[in-house]
Amino acid sequence: MSSVVTSLLVIVFVLFSLLTTASLLIWLERRLLALWQDRYGPNRVGPFGLGQVLADMIKIFFKEDWTPPFADRPVFVIAPTFIVITALMSFAVVPFSPSILVSDIDIGVLFFLAMSSLGVYSVALAGWASNNKYALLGALRASAQMLAYEVFMGLSLMGVVAITGSFSMQAIVKAQENIWFIVLQPIGFVIFMIAGIAETHRIPFDLPEAESELVAGFHSEYSGMKFGMFFVGEYIGITLISALLVTLFMGGWHGPFLPPVLWFFIKVFFFICGFILLRASLPRMRYDQLMAFGWKLMLPLSLLNLMATGAVILWSS
Amino acid sequence: MNYVFYIAAAVAVFSTLMAITRANAVHALLYMITSLLSSSLIFFVLGAPYIAALQAIVYAGAIMVLFVFIIMMLNQGPASTEQERVWISGKTWVGPTMLCAVLLAELIWIVRGDPAWLPGKTIIHPKDVSKALYGPYILVIELASMLLTAGLVGAYHLGRREPERREGES
Repeated sequence: MSSVVTSLLVIVFVLFSLLTTASLLIWLERRLLALWQDRYGPNRVGPFGLGQVLADMIKIFFKEDWTPPFADRPVFVIAPTFIVITALMSFAVVPFSPSILVSDIDIGVLFFLAMSSLGVYSVALAGWASNNKYALLGALRASAQMLAYEVFMGLSLMGVVAITGSFSMQAIVKAQENIWFIVLQPIGFVIFMIAGIAETHRIPFDLPEAESELVAGFHSEYSGMKFGMFFVGEYIGITLISALLVTLFMGGWHGPFLPPVLWFFIKVFFFICGFILLRASLPRMRYDQLMAFGWKLMLPLSLLNLMATGAVILWSS
Repeated sequence: MNYVFYIAAAVAVFSTLMAITRANAVHALLYMITSLLSSSLIFFVLGAPYIAALQAIVYAGAIMVLFVFIIMMLNQGPASTEQERVWISGKTWVGPTMLCAVLLAELIWIVRGDPAWLPGKTIIHPKDVSKALYGPYILVIELASMLLTAGLVGAYHLGRREPERREGES
């Protein structure tokens, strides 16, 4: 009985901290972008402008929720939920500390890959159901991009899995007690990070919603909380990729002096700021550059990395 | 875990039926994705988590995305839905129904027979699957990879640009 209560508490803790993080990220991103672009950003509402989060939430909940008459109604309504559900589900396998973990299944890494590949449907179906040419173009770009980048996202993780000998996230963290995998798998780390940015379609890979060419891409027709779902989904996605970078390459919750869960949050926060810095500093890629970069450079590189890792493991054993 | 299995099985049967009978191609695909995901859950309940994950990643996550991609790119309007509606007639059901009846009979025969055939007694871990694939079944893996290479080379050949056209573009 007590184990049921503990796991329920863990689930509530995970969901609460994620949704809080996602809403705070809206404010954090605007403030940090402003800082790097030498301006103020939202600083009027409440201390440091933190009240902006509340104001934004009230605004987005009370906006008119409009479904266009030419849209495919059931698919249009259901599409935004996928991205949030799959991103939240992925956190079920992320270990926050030795004890705070929803599920330690022995296919943890594969579970994350499955969820991230299902998240594509949100964008693809949203664009199709909107029945609008800009939305459709955005959706086409998104599905091709995510399909291409998913392949070597999985391959880049296999080096870590091969060294640990398990797909379980907790086992991967425990294997990094002496040395972080970023030291042993630097190429895997870089490839996974690039693929992660592409999966969350952030700058420089935000082709599916390129404002200057496609209005707003796949979510052109969305308003109110349905649009808010895409927004929240994107921020949870950033948090998820940061959490996975920490878990798989940066030693997870390992760290001196401070409690493990605090170390985990500090490392995740560092990567989230890195994501925002990327947005502040890089321009958008062209679509053919994106595809050529993915298939011609990243895929062979991740295969070579995996082969080299396998050879070293065989040679040393 | 029994009730999880029955719920997943019911969802699988219902969504497969819907996938066959929908006239709108994207709606049919959505039901098919649901069907694949529920069979992934069935694999998980039966004690094969690795196969369950692969089912979700490869079939539901990659192959069906390609299907959705192609159908979106063709972007057929209401006319094709009407055409489909005409094509789904009573006569087309005869052949598939007979084949399904054969499968159902086999299934019932297995279930009522030797209980040792029933799956779910042991949990098959990723390592067991890999050892089987790269041990006794290595020849099958090699054959499948040759087939895939042939497909890849064929696709590359079809997608190749004509040399003179490339000169004209630049």
